[in-house]
Amino acid sequence: MPDTRDDIRDDAPLTTAKHGDALDEAKAALVEDRGDSLVGRSVTINRPRAELYAFWRDFARLPAFMENVERVDMLDERTSHWVVKAPGGRTVEWDAVITEDRPGELIAWASTEGADVPNSGRIDFRDAGERGTVVTATILYDPPAGLLGKLIARMFQREPAIQARRDLRRFKQLMETGEIATAARNRRELEEEEEG
Amino acid sequence: MRALTWHGKHDVRVETVDDPEILNPRDAIIRITSTAICGSDLHLYDGYIPTMQVGDILGHEFMGEVVETGPGSTLEKGQRVVVPFTIACGSCYHCGKHQYSACDNGNPADNQDIAQFLYGQPMSGLFGYSHMTGGYAGGQAEYVRVPFSDVGPIVVPDGLEDEQVLFLSDILPTGWQAAEYAQIEPGDTVAVWGCGPVGLFAVQSALLMGAERVIAIDHFPHRLELARRFGAETINFEKSDTYEALMEMTGGIGPDACIDAVGLEAHGFFLDNVIDQIKASTFLGTDRIHSIRQAIIACRKGGRVSMPAVYGGLVDKFPLGAFMEKGLTLRTGQTHVQHYMPALLNAIVEGKIDTTFLISHRLPLEQAAEGYKMFHGHQNEVTKVVLKPGMAAAA
Ligand SMILES: NC(=O)c1ccc[n+]([C@@H]2O[C@H](COP(=O)([O-])OP(=O)(O)OC[C@H]3O[C@@H](n4cnc5c(N)ncnc54)[C@H](O)[C@@H]3O)[C@@H](O)[C@H]2O)c1
Ligand SMILES: [Zn+2]
Ligand SMILES: [Zn+2]
Repeated sequence: MPDTRDDIRDDAPLTTAKHGDALDEAKAALVEDRGDSLVGRSVTINRPRAELYAFWRDFARLPAFMENVERVDMLDERTSHWVVKAPGGRTVEWDAVITEDRPGELIAWASTEGADVPNSGRIDFRDAGERGTVVTATILYDPPAGLLGKLIARMFQREPAIQARRDLRRFKQLMETGEIATAARNRRELEEEEEG
Repeated sequence: MRALTWHGKHDVRVETVDDPEILNPRDAIIRITSTAICGSDLHLYDGYIPTMQVGDILGHEFMGEVVETGPGSTLEKGQRVVVPFTIACGSCYHCGKHQYSACDNGNPADNQDIAQFLYGQPMSGLFGYSHMTGGYAGGQAEYVRVPFSDVGPIVVPDGLEDEQVLFLSDILPTGWQAAEYAQIEPGDTVAVWGCGPVGLFAVQSALLMGAERVIAIDHFPHRLELARRFGAETINFEKSDTYEALMEMTGGIGPDACIDAVGLEAHGFFLDNVIDQIKASTFLGTDRIHSIRQAIIACRKGGRVSMPAVYGGLVDKFPLGAFMEKGLTLRTGQTHVQHYMPALLNAIVEGKIDTTFLISHRLPLEQAAEGYKMFHGHQNEVTKVVLKPGMAAAA
């Protein structure tokens, strides 16, 4: 008998779901989850996955391509402290713990109690043959100050989905070309852009 | 430095702006010696290309002398180089396939959103061509910052004049790629719409690739005359009916390959063109596509259509039925300039391709605004304007 139920999962990634239980499923893929908004992005990078994993695993280097992240300090092998730009010249901070770590394959994390922006997620690295590696970021978070925070964030183009896509593009640029493309004409413009 | 900046429709000005600086390891700074105005620049001048900002420096056809290099550049100070208009990294998947105008990394991450939204995926960066393609400062200036200078610019051998090699930056490779995309076979008749620089180089290229006949179409007598000089037959669309003429000239078959080198600002009082024009001016549509419509209708069954001409947005009355029923093939795209530069430089050195015939006017950079006005208003006589930053102004 043909299957006519309409709740059968298709093969599209959870982060593209229009409705349904995507959030619950995404949570189920994490050892520990924090946050109820889901964003995710994939990018294909023309480098081996071991190299990409190794760069990412050293969290202190992430601000090089994550526009909003001011600083990440490694407190120990598994714990990091994040300082992130927020609208109005403020910053938000949290500690994050690595909850799963499979070299060359996966890094998962969750923020600890008391985070300004509770969040968790995972970065997956998958072989893509002659195209290199598919890097997928899946992030759960609670927007700062609820809906208002999200609106403010959107105004500042810091809406997490857009930000994630841009950050992943910058990661790709850095890994493939050794630099991050900019159309700035000089250092003054570049600094303005980085502060922007 | 002095540079030509965009201020709005038909308003470009030479102004003093900040000098460019090395920002990334692979950058170089070039002192411009020659730079040209392109048909593509006219689309900006006429305000057809979205995401321009006041103060943007235009120009994507330029060459000059290397004056500064980042630690990752392979260029040396003092070298003369021609710079491709496509900004490509050389190391992504597409660059690996020599699809340079599809480079993943040439366009800054934030600007990629615009093209991703409009077109589904972002293209490479381009010099001086709106923020959708990066927002990079162009080369109609005294100096320019060139990213990825280790893979883009080509070093010019001694003994060649600027004017022999300048067009390697865009229109020569573009005409060549257009002919290549026409997949010319021996015995073919190739029709070329538009005898601007791109069309004229497509005419030359098609003949070099073995086309038996090339038929060039325009309404400017002088431009048609240039095409005839290379051995093309011509149709003046104001004097003859283009479709009827093509059918008769090919014994009722239609051209085997058709090249549209006109673009989104087709001229002529054709019903469809007038409707497109009204739609463009009332924002119901953006592009005037008369020439590509006509190319598709004229093309023989199973033939090939090549479209170097630039289109930017949505179009109306695209003859999809004719396209399908006749089983045509269409190839198009921004040119993969880096891919063609070395071989075309060789062809210039060996005297197989002539580039200098095209240049009708040389002006100091200071008179660039005048150059735009001329190229825009007097296309018959003004076939190509080259700007020289160092040149003394005419009295
Ligand atoms: N694909 C690329 O990478 C690339 C690179 C450079 C230029 N271009 C594009 O190629 C096109 C041509 O560039 P150009 O510098 O030669 O421009 P141009 O404006 O100098 O030439 C266009 C010519 O087309 C003629 N024309 C207008 N309407 C016509 C019609 N209905 N039928 C026949 N001819 C007609 C004009 O009279 C003119 O001579 C432009 O759209 C330009 O943007 C594309
Ligand atoms: Zn051009
Ligand atoms: Zn590339």
